[in-house]
Amino acid sequence: MIPELGEFALILALGFSFILATIPLYGAATLNALWMDYAKPLAKAQFTFLLISFMCLAYAFANDDFSVQYVANHSNSQLPMQFKLSAIWGGHEGSLLLWAFILSGWTLAVSLFSRGLPLDMLARVLGVMGIIATGFISFLLWTSSPFLRYLPRFPADGADLNPLLQDFGLIVHPPMLYMGYVGFSVAFAFAIAALLSGRLDAAWARWSRPWTNIAWAFLGAGITLGSWWAYYELGWGGWWFWDPVENASLMPWLVGTALIHSLAVTEKRGVFKSWTLLLAIFAFSLSLLGTFLVRSGVLTSVHAFASDPERGFFILVLLLLTIGGSLTLYAFKAPNVKSESSFGWLSREMLLLINNVFLVVMAITVLLGTLYPLLIDALGSGKISVGPPYFNALFVPIMSLLALSMGISGAARWRQTSISGLKKQLLVPAIISLVVGLVFPFIYGDGFNFRVFLGITISTWIIATTAKEFKDKFRNTNSITAKLSQLTLSYYGMMLAHLGVAVVAIGITLVSTYSEERDMRMAPGDKIELADYQFEFKGAKKVKGANFTADEGTIVITLEGEPVVTLYPQKRHYTVKRSMMTEASIDPGLFRDLYLAMGEPLGNDGAWAIRVHYKPYVRWLWLGGLLMALGGLLTVFDKRYRSKSSSEVAHA
Amino acid sequence: MPRLLLFIPLALFIALSFFLWKGLSIDPRKLPSALIDKPFPEFQVAALLQPERMLSKADFVGKPVLVNVWATWCPSCRQEHEQLLRIAQDNKIDIIGLNYKDERAAATNWLRQLGNPYLFNIYDEAGMLGLDLGVYGAPETYLLDAQGVVRHRHVGVVTAQTWVELQAMIQALGVKQ
Repeated sequence: MIPELGEFALILALGFSFILATIPLYGAATLNALWMDYAKPLAKAQFTFLLISFMCLAYAFANDDFSVQYVANHSNSQLPMQFKLSAIWGGHEGSLLLWAFILSGWTLAVSLFSRGLPLDMLARVLGVMGIIATGFISFLLWTSSPFLRYLPRFPADGADLNPLLQDFGLIVHPPMLYMGYVGFSVAFAFAIAALLSGRLDAAWARWSRPWTNIAWAFLGAGITLGSWWAYYELGWGGWWFWDPVENASLMPWLVGTALIHSLAVTEKRGVFKSWTLLLAIFAFSLSLLGTFLVRSGVLTSVHAFASDPERGFFILVLLLLTIGGSLTLYAFKAPNVKSESSFGWLSREMLLLINNVFLVVMAITVLLGTLYPLLIDALGSGKISVGPPYFNALFVPIMSLLALSMGISGAARWRQTSISGLKKQLLVPAIISLVVGLVFPFIYGDGFNFRVFLGITISTWIIATTAKEFKDKFRNTNSITAKLSQLTLSYYGMMLAHLGVAVVAIGITLVSTYSEERDMRMAPGDKIELADYQFEFKGAKKVKGANFTADEGTIVITLEGEPVVTLYPQKRHYTVKRSMMTEASIDPGLFRDLYLAMGEPLGNDGAWAIRVHYKPYVRWLWLGGLLMALGGLLTVFDKRYRSKSSSEVAHA
Repeated sequence: MPRLLLFIPLALFIALSFFLWKGLSIDPRKLPSALIDKPFPEFQVAALLQPERMLSKADFVGKPVLVNVWATWCPSCRQEHEQLLRIAQDNKIDIIGLNYKDERAAATNWLRQLGNPYLFNIYDEAGMLGLDLGVYGAPETYLLDAQGVVRHRHVGVVTAQTWVELQAMIQALGVKQ
């Protein structure tokens, strides 16, 4: 009964989103205030019914209703409750439902926090989001309903959730990522509304900015969580694999980063308008492409995609309508958008534009690297991967250039800036970063290393230029505390995010250069040394979990005779899925992680293959990612985005 | 003119979706190599397991061989490794490894752990030989005849089925000689 209710609620939600996609937009085109007024209640109704539908699926999971196919394939009665609930988004159908649900949540949020927005703009934005929702809910209902039944004969127990996904990381990672993906739909809807109405002014940019920033923050947090999850769950100690799923989330993030900066310039200076619109369309298009590439299984196996031609066809039509439609609109309407000011060759505008281009080039690099194996696979020539050598070779130089111009653009002035002025600003940070970069590898490592020099120099450069810019804010002021409270939250957010970039760069540089690892056969009582730490294997014993049994090793770690920590890595055997999982045990630290994973049992004397990693500064990767996300979040609470007068500005 | 430029994103997207659509429906077919029926490129590269030993074409010309491009960063290579070991056991043809853009320690470790099906491995750290050969990615496998001429290129994982096909080709080579 409950699953049918869920399906029914989904059908009703489709009805509401279809009306949302038509009536308010038509009202905006004909200036009919009554029809435009429908947008808000429709957004609420759509959200309500998707919420009901989502709760129905949650209910089916919580109560082990294995007559529902999706539940039977992704859950099990032995699964702990938190994993039963997170299994909702453990597969294709449920992920799509979560996607649609989050989309309706963003639509609702726009309708609630939009007091300053003119009615026709609001109607258009919500209408465009209604169009997207219509497409997605139709896709769900026609090809991927999570509520289909096994009736009358259904399995006594479920097939269980993939053990890899039975983890805290999976509970939070996908919703976070989807909040980001889908959040870009708001920026997209604002861009389409601007194209439809022909109005693209500072007020428009100010309305779009908080939505874009928060979506970007969620996406960044989602990517960070994903990297952290892969690190501790996959048992290889890697933190980024350039795998298609990761790339799918990185592309919109890169374009989103460009969009944030371009929007800032559009608001402050009234230029880059057409470029901003294009980026907004791109960011969401890449989110869509990414979601589908991942969810349709087209990347893991092209043949699974083709074996369900209905699904594949639907996906393609959806992509064509949304992306193709918006790009067509852009091609025809973008010429109406005029710049309001000009800028010189050497100015903050120009430098930000260069940064934008770097970011977009990185996104294109990732796109090509991701689609290339797909092309080969689609041609039926087998599976290949272009792998880290391709990505690293292109990413490191572009990233270094980006960091360089990032520091310069902070010091440059709007409109026009002089070379001598830049020199004065940047000489000290340049010297500091070169010195730190040169000295660091000698102090921390055992000699000069170009990679470390480059990484530390650019990180220090970002920190030093950011600090200098911050310090200069206090040049003409006596009261530091007054100035501190005078600076806006947006400004603090920007500082935080830029420092986050430096922290990530330091993490990447050091962990990829100074990591040490060893695979050893260890019998009980064996000891090994790695990076000054001594590891003693005390043997393994059997332990039992809720839905698995495991061999648990005990390893005592000492540093120069002093005990540091005792770690218990596990080799788990999941009974229902009959699969083995390596559960790494980690001693985390700000400056180093000790990471232990169990391989296979060797011989009869209780010996095991043990993998020992020493990972310096690995936490900085995620710390930096969180700093960036936090910075993005902070800007949203800036007072000026919530001033009631913004609508007056719009009409002025 | 600038107005026309605004259509570029749309045009690119249409091209992309055409290819995605094609990807849905296309018949499997082989990726041709620029080097088919051309001699394997000349090279002077160190061996993977014996860094002091320099390898060149002379080390394998004289009988048909398979050249398998692999790397530790390539998950599909791990997938085909079992099959390569079986081919080595069949003892019908030697496999030369081309360790492509990899780290020596990781690659050595890989062979120690998973077994070594190769007669020897060319350690192509910078990927220069791969470039000459026209390698797109890993894994790829090339069939060379006794004169060192590339006769066939297989892109992707070598499966049991691939081995059946390769054996037919190897036999054909033997007949011709």
